Amino acid sequence: MLRTRSAVALFAGALLGAVLTVTNLAQATVAPQAKPSTTADHSKFKELQKQFKTGPEVTKACLVCHTEAAKQVHRTKHWTWEFINTEKNQKLGKKNVLNNFCISIPQNQQYCTNCHVGYGWKDKNFDFTSEENVDCLVCHDTTLTYVKQPGMAGHVVGEEMEFPKGSGKILKPINLSKIAQGVGKSSRETCGNCHFFGGGGDGVKHGDLDSSLFAPEKDVDVHMAVDGLNFNCGTCHQTSSHDVPGSRYTPTAKDKGGAQIRGKSEGENPATCVACHDTKPHKAEKSKHAARLNVHAEKLACQTCHIPAFARGGVATKMSWDWSTAGQMDAEGKPIVKKDDHGNTLYESRKGDFVVAENVKPEYYWFNGGITYTLLGDKIEKGDKPVGINKIEGSATDGKSMIWPFKVSRGKQPYDPENHTLITPHTTGPKSGGGYWTNYDWDRAARQGMADAGAPFSGKIDFVSTEMYWPIAHMVAPKDKSVGCAECHAKDGRLAGIKGIYIPGRDANPLIDKAAWLLALLTLLGVLGHAAIRIFASKKH
Amino acid sequence: MVERVYIFKRFERFWHWAQAALIMFLLLTGFEIHGTYSNFGFERAVEFHTIAAWSLVGLWTFAVFWHLTTGEWKQYIPTTQRVTEMVRFYAFGIFKGEAHPFKQTVLSKHNPLQRLAYLGVLLVMNPLIWTSGWFLLFYGSWASWGFPNLSLELVATAHVIGAFMILLFLIVHVYLTTTGHTPLAHIKAMITGWEEKH
Repeated sequence: MLRTRSAVALFAGALLGAVLTVTNLAQATVAPQAKPSTTADHSKFKELQKQFKTGPEVTKACLVCHTEAAKQVHRTKHWTWEFINTEKNQKLGKKNVLNNFCISIPQNQQYCTNCHVGYGWKDKNFDFTSEENVDCLVCHDTTLTYVKQPGMAGHVVGEEMEFPKGSGKILKPINLSKIAQGVGKSSRETCGNCHFFGGGGDGVKHGDLDSSLFAPEKDVDVHMAVDGLNFNCGTCHQTSSHDVPGSRYTPTAKDKGGAQIRGKSEGENPATCVACHDTKPHKAEKSKHAARLNVHAEKLACQTCHIPAFARGGVATKMSWDWSTAGQMDAEGKPIVKKDDHGNTLYESRKGDFVVAENVKPEYYWFNGGITYTLLGDKIEKGDKPVGINKIEGSATDGKSMIWPFKVSRGKQPYDPENHTLITPHTTGPKSGGGYWTNYDWDRAARQGMADAGAPFSGKIDFVSTEMYWPIAHMVAPKDKSVGCAECHAKDGRLAGIKGIYIPGRDANPLIDKAAWLLALLTLLGVLGHAAIRIFASKKH
Repeated sequence: MVERVYIFKRFERFWHWAQAALIMFLLLTGFEIHGTYSNFGFERAVEFHTIAAWSLVGLWTFAVFWHLTTGEWKQYIPTTQRVTEMVRFYAFGIFKGEAHPFKQTVLSKHNPLQRLAYLGVLLVMNPLIWTSGWFLLFYGSWASWGFPNLSLELVATAHVIGAFMILLFLIVHVYLTTTGHTPLAHIKAMITGWEEKH
């Protein structure tokens, strides 16, 4: 193979030589090889030169050299799916929070833990101290062939097997030794395989994270553009000791730290815009309004102007999920699936009605990074206002807030009208398991889901409107595509609902305006009247 | 042969008309920024307003220099003499075809009412519009100037009040140009510099 390549190169070189000068020929044939980014070639490691049948076998081999790696991973949210928000005194993390998409995890672990960085989390007895159950490959695969099979609690198929058992479906194995020998840094692909598909499908949950970011154009994401800066996730989410910075539970709403300097930025979030661009990012040589825009940057998150819309890469995001309409069947009693022209599901008997959208203008709110979740067991009231699955905090005056763009996912989901709590239904799994997606039986799904969660259930089910706030931080557009002045400096602009600041073009003192225009009108009438009398009087003379 | 007096010097006439054009353009772009109507679009309106404002600053620098060096600033010294006569003229006399009670001369080209009006411009309107406008031009520097908590609403509202005063002034000022011996006599004088004596 190598020989053929050099032969081709020589041939090409000879061809070029016919037209180019000798110097150019020399350059063309002796092109320097790209430096490898690592000092270790894992394919040369004895530990990895064998057939692996399971994921944990590979992990054990990794740990021979990377002795502390599993312990590091054990401390992360990626492993625990738990996060303690000390400020709000709430136990959060994927394991504990609810959302208004698939609602919650504990009842549906075998499926959801497909995105856990571990092997075998199928129920609450999972051993979180097990080192061999850490999944190294899901983040470090470079071959793009590593696949975790849904329904197998995060396990991979190392040998040919029938799954589900008795179904007659045979799953082909993946080549674990090839994958293990090829390990490297995490990539857009490894991160994206879970994070681009949050909420159970491409782009469903976040709106600013979807498969278009695997290889975006500049217009979709100016940093990740393959024809531009070509960032991967880790370029901003700069990770050390397996701690990936950037949190959805305690986001950095206002980064006062400025650009990060080596030795001076310990413990600061490196994933903010400010971490690179500083707090006065607009430069006079590049923008005619630099000073003015830098003042804007004191109140507006960079994202507010620089992400004009989310879901810009051609993948629709789910804006609303109404569980209350689930369960309708066609004339023959069979489940229904309705799709739009682009293949997006609009109704599914298993799930209810969806609203999907592309190129969505965000909603804007003051945000200081404070988020409180409505957790299972928290009392809720069904009223005129939707229940906030999470509630964001912020104001014009607290000194910590910026105006941020949000995706707000809205919907209706089951709740217990007697206990006044949300319900975590069991959805996934085989028919015998009682999941809603196979049985279409809310009572059974709720009863079982609540029992699994150890939460009381009155037996009554109603549906309540909910909303959930997702700060938008990805899909930064090129600067010429950022939000223009007039989109906010207008009466019904993007910031129409933002209180506590004066926006020229949007705001005016109505009393002064009215009085002054009246006065101007009276003055005009006055001089016109004066003129009329003059004309009339001159004719009389 | 009608007697003519050379009242308005060449620079003075240039100053007047350039300033008139700038002020009207500032009113147009300003009210667009204020959100009253839409023409250039907010961003360009701000840019044009800024350019016009700086042009006016430049023009004023020359005008102030000219007034000081020529002594013409004395024309603006206010007087209360014969104000009542002036008011009576505009309220009644003008309708009866009476002669204007004020005779323009090179040394005194503004009538007493005019002098009072310009005093108001100098003491109220200009400080209001220029101070607030200067702050708005340097919106990014308030903190470094020592006004970190200055309210944009306050400054913007002051600027808007100033703008309305200018609008009112403009309406009356333009109308009063028609009160010469012919409706266009004053305007002609402001163009040619020569005022006919009647």
